[in-house]
Amino acid sequence: MSKGTDRLYWAGFSLILALLIVAPLVLPEFWQRFVTEILIWGLLAMSSDILIGYTGMVSFGHSAFFGLGMYGAAAALISVKPPNIWLALGYGLIGSAGVALFVAYFSTRLRDIYFAITTLIFSQIFYVIIFTWTEVTGGENGLTFSRPALAIPGLFSLPFTTDTLHWFVLGVVTASYLMMRRITQSPFGMVLQSIRENEARTRAIGYAVERYKMVAVMLSGLFAGLAGVLYAVQNRFAAPDFVYFLVSGETVIFNVMGGIGTLVGPIAGAAFYLLLREAFSRFLTEYYLIPVGIIFIAMIIFMPQGLLGFLRRRLNQ
Amino acid sequence: MSPADGNTAPLVHVEDIDTYYGKSHILHGVSLEVGRGEVVGLLGRNGVGKSTTLKTIMGLVSPRRGKVVYEGRVVTGLPAHRLARIGIAYVPEDRRIFRLLTVMENLRTGFDRRGVSEARRQELLAKVFGYFPVLAERRSQAGGTLSGGEQQMLAIARAMMLEPKIILLDEPTEGLMPRMISQIREIIEVLHREGVAILLVEQNVPLTLAASQRVYIMEKGTVRHHCPSCELKVNDAVIHQYLGV
Amino acid sequence: MELVTEFLHAIPYDQILIQTLNGIVAGMILALVASGLTLIFGIMDVVNFAHGELFMLGAYVGVIIITATGNFWLALTVATLIVAALGAALQITTLRPLLGRDPLTTILATFGLSLVLQNYALWQFGPVARKIQEPFTGSFSIFYLQYPWYRVLIAALSAAIIGGFWLFLKHGTYGIWIRATTQDRVMAQAMGIPVPWVHTAAFAIGAGMAAASGVLFAPLVGVTHAMGLDWVLKAFIVVVVGGMGNLGGSIAASIFISLLESYASIWLDPAQAVIVSFVVLILTLLFRPTGLFVPTPK
Repeated sequence: MSKGTDRLYWAGFSLILALLIVAPLVLPEFWQRFVTEILIWGLLAMSSDILIGYTGMVSFGHSAFFGLGMYGAAAALISVKPPNIWLALGYGLIGSAGVALFVAYFSTRLRDIYFAITTLIFSQIFYVIIFTWTEVTGGENGLTFSRPALAIPGLFSLPFTTDTLHWFVLGVVTASYLMMRRITQSPFGMVLQSIRENEARTRAIGYAVERYKMVAVMLSGLFAGLAGVLYAVQNRFAAPDFVYFLVSGETVIFNVMGGIGTLVGPIAGAAFYLLLREAFSRFLTEYYLIPVGIIFIAMIIFMPQGLLGFLRRRLNQ
Repeated sequence: MSPADGNTAPLVHVEDIDTYYGKSHILHGVSLEVGRGEVVGLLGRNGVGKSTTLKTIMGLVSPRRGKVVYEGRVVTGLPAHRLARIGIAYVPEDRRIFRLLTVMENLRTGFDRRGVSEARRQELLAKVFGYFPVLAERRSQAGGTLSGGEQQMLAIARAMMLEPKIILLDEPTEGLMPRMISQIREIIEVLHREGVAILLVEQNVPLTLAASQRVYIMEKGTVRHHCPSCELKVNDAVIHQYLGV
Repeated sequence: MELVTEFLHAIPYDQILIQTLNGIVAGMILALVASGLTLIFGIMDVVNFAHGELFMLGAYVGVIIITATGNFWLALTVATLIVAALGAALQITTLRPLLGRDPLTTILATFGLSLVLQNYALWQFGPVARKIQEPFTGSFSIFYLQYPWYRVLIAALSAAIIGGFWLFLKHGTYGIWIRATTQDRVMAQAMGIPVPWVHTAAFAIGAGMAAASGVLFAPLVGVTHAMGLDWVLKAFIVVVVGGMGNLGGSIAASIFISLLESYASIWLDPAQAVIVSFVVLILTLLFRPTGLFVPTPK
């Protein structure tokens, strides 16, 4: 980005960051948790943007990454006492990495629609496994566990409050965003974008497109799994519903509503969607998805670049 | 220059067309016209925009600027299927017949229209089978099983089924054997005699000069030269300049 | 020798027989659903996520008509027509504007539609499953077992509908239009075929077929707003395994997968039996990605 845009960008970034830091201090409890949830879903959406927005691979499989991250964390928090947050992170990331590897393998052999459908079916496979393997995963009812403390064994242990958890999540999400931004603006990220624009040409130039795609899937899966871990820690339960393909669908909705290929767009999309959902469910209880769905379809038709799509060029130079 | 047959308004008049494919600016202010029953050639090297011009007239591509006028009516932006029904037919490069449909079914896509009586359909079929007996033989075979030359004939026959006033022919002799090329030449003759106008895009210069009354030459997306073909037959220099042959 | 006879005795022949029949019945319904999906994908490159919801709405309309008139056949016809019309309306409003854009947009748009339709059904009909009666009860005997006539009827009707559709495609002007548009949309336009309307008609036909499957299947299970989800997933698997856009392939794949699942349900519980279709998909993708029932491209 040019110098001027650069400064503008960092100014905007700092402003939003400041607002998010202050948020828990001024908002009532319900809204505090709401903002934290937006951050977590935003992270999931960003991870998916690496594939959809930057590499041009539409994936409906993110619920698998997210879910495995969640269940991995659950496994750590249940099996090891006292519950250790680093272990939870570790298990969760390993879980989602495993799924990502599986998906990555197939990702290189399939293009476009086939890939999208297949990732969808994969997330369903994991759903069925989790749903039916009741002894290990708790089946339909999922798993509940207690929240770990922010601890370094031997040094200190700080149980989370709503505030501190929010800041922890904010920290993780911000760090993730910065990392993803670094990656997408690096030469590696440029190759991904080139694959998105014209895969055949990228291959012809000499890049091992398959390898790049696999790495993209792994990265995407890892960050999605991270979101799953955060969700588990925040809510203290893991349920198969989060592995159902609808979650993947919602993730893609966040991306498209917010603007793919921008990284910040998806977070905005998640916020927008969740706010809409909240607003409509006040009036319409369970049927909020009807107006939200209609708005989504209308946005696809009339506003395909999403809310922040206009920033795409600026952010990715 | 007005059309050779003295009729006042041209059948097709393309005015100052700018066409883009995405960001590529292919046509820069192309203008040409074809009179009723005229055979007009469009020559030029590969990639200068000849096919794009045909596609623009056919409504397969929308120009960003300029207009296409047919029989005095502005038809720019109308979808191709409307244009096909009012008398503009298109025979693309590489033929593009429906490979999985039989020869008969390919032809039917042309004459299965409203307002065409059964008798008329039989007439059209008989006519086309008369010109292309090999199609009659192969009428129940799938289009994809035909040879290149046969497919070209099918493509032209199919267009004739639309009973068009003008046929846009894109490189009909490409990849064909000399015997087939002269068959194409004959067909163009026949169509001309029947009063069908033809806009002929070709790389084969001698054929084009022999078959057309007038010729346009394009270069880099615009029309550079325009004259009756008889003039070009003696003026090798122009041909050499724009076509390098 | 002992082991062999023991093994042969252990095979549950009656179960296998029943499951073969069940597999064929389920396979035919799946084939009807998948045919609509394949038609829509083949002709306009649209992956219709909302296909399961069209199935579900067909079932609900069927329920309404049966409750009102008691006539199953009327319900079948009316549901098919109403949902076909709905399909046409949806295609015109939400899919036509997206023509020519990135295929991702149509997947998303139909996904959005599926959310809206599902929740609409939930809103209008509530969460409790509706049941309708089979139009006739009674079973026939095969060996010493009973098998319901109605199920046989479902298979026969589905086959008839698919057969009728195939005939329609092969003969007649509109069948040619659909096939031509599927093969080469651009040249179909250049030949005067009104492609936008062919698309709408194809979507309507696909929707109608889904609705008919819904009504036929409804007496076997409870009708709920979420019943379409499983079917759409299976239908996607079938379409991929059968070869995208290949009608014959998807029919063969439907029966193949349904048979395998039915056999699996002898030993596994139903929620797990679905893994079978997933496994078939994975194997197909690994070894024959163009489709199991498609000749390997040269």
